[in-house]
Amino acid sequence: MGINYLYPDFEVHRDREKCITCRVCERQCANEVHSYDAESNRMVSDDTKCVNCHRCVSLCPTHALKIVKTNHGFKDNANWKGDVIQDIYRQADSGGVLLASMGTPKDYPVYWDKMLINASQVTNPSIDPLREPMETKTFLGQKSSKIRRDENGKLITKTDPQLALNIPIMFSAMSYGSISYNAHKSLALAAQKLGIFYNTGEGGLHEDFYQYGKNTIVQVASGRFGVHPEYLNAGAAIEIKMGQGAKPGIGGHLPGSKIGEDISKTRMIPEHADAISPAPHHDIYSIEDLRQLVYTLKEATAYTKPIIVKVAAVHNISAIASGIARSGADIIAIDGFRGGTGAAPARTRDNVGIPIELALASVDTRLRQEGIRNNVSLVVGGSIRSSADVIKAIALGADAIYIATSALLALGCHLCRTCQSGKCNWGIATQRPELVKRLNPEVGSERLVNLITAWNHEIKEMMGGMGINSIEALRGNRLMLRGIGLNETELQILGIAHAGQ
Amino acid sequence: MTTIDVGLKPFDELNREIRACTDDTLVLNDVNGQRYIGCALSNKNITINGTSGNAMGAYLDGCTITVNGNAQDATGDTMNDGMIIIHGSCGDAAGYSMRGGKIFIRDSAGYRSGIHMKAYEEKQPLIIIGDRAGSFLGEYLAGGTIIVLGLHQEGKAPVGYFCGTGMHGGKIYLRCDTLPSDLPQQVSSSDATQEDMQEISAHLESYCAIFDLDKEALLASHFYVLRPNSSTPYKMLYTNV
Repeated sequence: MGINYLYPDFEVHRDREKCITCRVCERQCANEVHSYDAESNRMVSDDTKCVNCHRCVSLCPTHALKIVKTNHGFKDNANWKGDVIQDIYRQADSGGVLLASMGTPKDYPVYWDKMLINASQVTNPSIDPLREPMETKTFLGQKSSKIRRDENGKLITKTDPQLALNIPIMFSAMSYGSISYNAHKSLALAAQKLGIFYNTGEGGLHEDFYQYGKNTIVQVASGRFGVHPEYLNAGAAIEIKMGQGAKPGIGGHLPGSKIGEDISKTRMIPEHADAISPAPHHDIYSIEDLRQLVYTLKEATAYTKPIIVKVAAVHNISAIASGIARSGADIIAIDGFRGGTGAAPARTRDNVGIPIELALASVDTRLRQEGIRNNVSLVVGGSIRSSADVIKAIALGADAIYIATSALLALGCHLCRTCQSGKCNWGIATQRPELVKRLNPEVGSERLVNLITAWNHEIKEMMGGMGINSIEALRGNRLMLRGIGLNETELQILGIAHAGQ
Repeated sequence: MTTIDVGLKPFDELNREIRACTDDTLVLNDVNGQRYIGCALSNKNITINGTSGNAMGAYLDGCTITVNGNAQDATGDTMNDGMIIIHGSCGDAAGYSMRGGKIFIRDSAGYRSGIHMKAYEEKQPLIIIGDRAGSFLGEYLAGGTIIVLGLHQEGKAPVGYFCGTGMHGGKIYLRCDTLPSDLPQQVSSSDATQEDMQEISAHLESYCAIFDLDKEALLASHFYVLRPNSSTPYKMLYTNV
């Protein structure tokens, strides 16, 4: 065996004064960092295995533990930074593609943080949401721009199928397989309580979760795992996954090692065989082909459910969205490049795609210019971190937003970004029963409900501040936004003025 | 039995009629490429006289659809159960991602047949193509069986390029004397064993009966079998950040 060039990223600091050798840390760590040394009657740790997930820190009864980023490093170099060098060591060692998870940690501009929200002063009164009703109910689907009458001149009131949301926030797709049964159950329960929707991802729908169908979006991806007529009809809407913000242009791969009995049953594939979602859908090579899949899904569900087409935000997103808006799809979901993932090649995650803020603004503008904005609703995701991000997204033109990383954080995720290992100590991104049971779906769903309810309060508060009492009046209302520290091109794409203008 | 004279009827109207029909046997006459016929159906048998359009029998869940003519693209897309019989040829992407049921094609199939077909427990999908399949046959094959008989190929490989690329389950039987020249590394090929021939024989039973072929004569010829080299071909590709 050659020399290991990699120095541990983190150091486990244990306060010997406080440690009572209860061995909780040892039991809690699936990475096997902690162990008990009988000879010295002390806990010892193996820093090389630590992923900094804080499980031991949170559960240590005496706060004897903390995890510290190592200050050991290479000679300072602005070009060859430590992580760049280490990645080369890793690949030279293994010959493998670098695999990572969750959204990109790279320091790209976050445009949400470069936009400021307006408020009323003097000339138009702000509204107090405590006193006056504020409407956040949202309908997603095609909105007919024509009034239609039957042969007797009576109005035809039947509209295209719509998704009704109490709050314009949904949980975006995470498959059963990438996350655990209890994580899925938490999302399903919370969606039901909140009157919103969660999304199955491409892993099929577990038989226990058919009961939450009214609050479920079922996904159809290139692998078509677990897709059959009963599944398609179980949900409130169907999402065709063409792409994902964290890995635009590539498919998915759930390794055979993660496909146990239950996952195998839900995906309807053999145990321990790789589940591969090809990069494209091989029955979709054009907008015409996409239209065909949209219509097979409409036919399969007798035109009762809206069809969502989810794409990653890429360079030509506005032209792509224009095509999708003409394909018969009811909703376009766009996932920005900061969106999370259970596993993706690091180079793709960190370098492919564009920020959701710019994609959203450019798509909304393009669809308006072409007079087809009402053909579809727009849902955006890819790192929406707060109610302020939600407000900004809606003001840029989104009908609703998708969250996933925020939802996982609510469930206890600490963003250690090692989902791909399948050893999530918080019971979220794992299939190991002893880890899964650490996440209580009742508690988890309550935390999700708390988060969304809090955001909704804040959204109403800020809407009221702008003198707006209906989310409809905020949608695409870019006058409510100003840029800060943005250049001309950025302002032009976002369609907003600079602060002070 | 209900008969519908299709003519130039729009597809949505036709399919609404099919869904609403209480009869379990339908005959569609003069079909002119209407799309999505029998999509997700499970309780009716349909005979199509004419040319069926794209995505016929998508998500099919237990019917028999017989086409007296040719079928267009994406026949039996993501099919779950049932049977599709085509007395002619079919276009591209037949049986894409199908998980169960059977597709019998008398003549040839276009590109991308049986891509990402998969099997699960009692669901073991089967595609039999009488003459020749285009390129990309059985790409990403994860389960089930594809048989290509090469009836008019005189022993040449009855498939186009890139047969079985990314294959990680299932098998492909080719009735021919020479293998495709560009088989990818994920595919291992061998002569069909006696056990394989028994399986082929069982699969050909109803196919030969339907299309009036001499099964024994077919079985007397040479078959190759293509299998994946590993069910986890992607295992060694990664290293964690």
